[in-house]
Amino acid sequence: MLNKRIIVCLDVRNGILTKGIKFRGNQDIGDPVESARRYYEEGADEIVFYDITASAEARGIFLDVVERVAAEIFIPFSVGGGIASVSDMHQVLAAGAEKISLNSAAVKTPELIREGAREFGSQAVVVGMDVLNVPPSKKIPSGYEIVIHGGRLRCDLDAIAWAKECRDLGAGELCINSIDADGTKDGYSLDLTRTIADAVDIPVIASGGAGKPKHLLDVCTEGHASAALIASIVHYGQYTIRECKTYMAEHGAPVRLLW
Amino acid sequence: MLGIVDYKAGNQTSVRRALDHLGIPCVITYKADDLRSCSGIIFPGVGAAGQAMKILHARGLDQVMHNCVEQKIPILGICLGCQILLEYSEENDTPLLRIMKGSCKRFADTLHQEDGSPAPVPHMGWNTISIKSSAPPSPLLQDIPSNASFYFVHSYYVEPAPEFVIATTRYGHEFCSVYGKNGLWGVQFHPEKSGRPGLQLLKNFARFCQDRQGKGISDAE
Repeated sequence: MLNKRIIVCLDVRNGILTKGIKFRGNQDIGDPVESARRYYEEGADEIVFYDITASAEARGIFLDVVERVAAEIFIPFSVGGGIASVSDMHQVLAAGAEKISLNSAAVKTPELIREGAREFGSQAVVVGMDVLNVPPSKKIPSGYEIVIHGGRLRCDLDAIAWAKECRDLGAGELCINSIDADGTKDGYSLDLTRTIADAVDIPVIASGGAGKPKHLLDVCTEGHASAALIASIVHYGQYTIRECKTYMAEHGAPVRLLW
Repeated sequence: MLGIVDYKAGNQTSVRRALDHLGIPCVITYKADDLRSCSGIIFPGVGAAGQAMKILHARGLDQVMHNCVEQKIPILGICLGCQILLEYSEENDTPLLRIMKGSCKRFADTLHQEDGSPAPVPHMGWNTISIKSSAPPSPLLQDIPSNASFYFVHSYYVEPAPEFVIATTRYGHEFCSVYGKNGLWGVQFHPEKSGRPGLQLLKNFARFCQDRQGKGISDAE
């Protein structure tokens, strides 16, 4: 049986691990390579790195982090943030990542998804989307609107329509981040995750809102997610990955317990 | 020294990184002489069978692989590499290397997992293997628990001759995830991305190659 995946998210700024709450007040919390290795050893099924730096100089530092990670961890990992062209994708894949994650750039240039899938295969292309709850309207019938630039810019784009378009363009997976749930620790947005997971036939990764192992279980069962993204609940030592997985396994979800 | 066949497969560098980490000497090469002097060969692979066969033909690697088999050099095919060792793939109606008996088929789009949820293609993620109890223990899977999980990414699965099936996995239906015999093996998953059990498998392969070379079998015939 295919396992539900626990994916640990590491935000990297200027080569240093950081984690923001509701996209504000990022706080530096450690060395990304060291953390990646620790999570690999503790049973993470996958790791995702988001480069949240903007400068070209910091980009070089980030690629160096990717290479060092690739030499030390032997599970799939993906890289997002600052990827806006096929050549950016090539750089991180050559540095050792399995997948690239497109976000704002895909909204601005949807063709990027197609080009990435053609060049590297759909399995290498994840589209991340930040979603805001809004009152349903003619333009946003689902009440879920795509936002970009860390949640600051609304796009007049319905999340369900966008998810289907991403799939049609060749995305291999979607990572759905609820802006409203992010940082709350009250659980993932189950309705949002399920609505999108049911609308497309590619795996959906739920993101934003994990506070305890039950939230991971809920989103992988009721929320129809294939994977749950976690960050602060493990970064600050509140839970271990094993505790999360053991809880899920005890409640009947298939997870990888031997590593 | 293990040789990683260079035919522009996407995962060849990942395989090298895993071997580096294990301290197993290796070289990525498409040169016939280099490959034929290796103690074992890893045949990586990501992508489409047709395209891969084109590159193999263009580099003369189809012949080199057969020479290596004649020299009794152990071979481990990974993912697409495991498929290409067989005779034929449904993917673009492609004739393969014919090193092992069997063919590759595509997962149907209508499959369902055990819990009733759809099983979309590709089969992507961590899945467990179950080692066939009737099979004699394979040195490739030494020290790997029977229900270990490995990382898969594939739309086609292998159907080797039944006597070669070593372990199976379920996705919509049961399919062969490890096959082979006597130093010719294929694994459908990516051991280089499957954590400790994957690294163990690579270590087992390297040890088998070293032992066989030590016994001088590669010099026979």
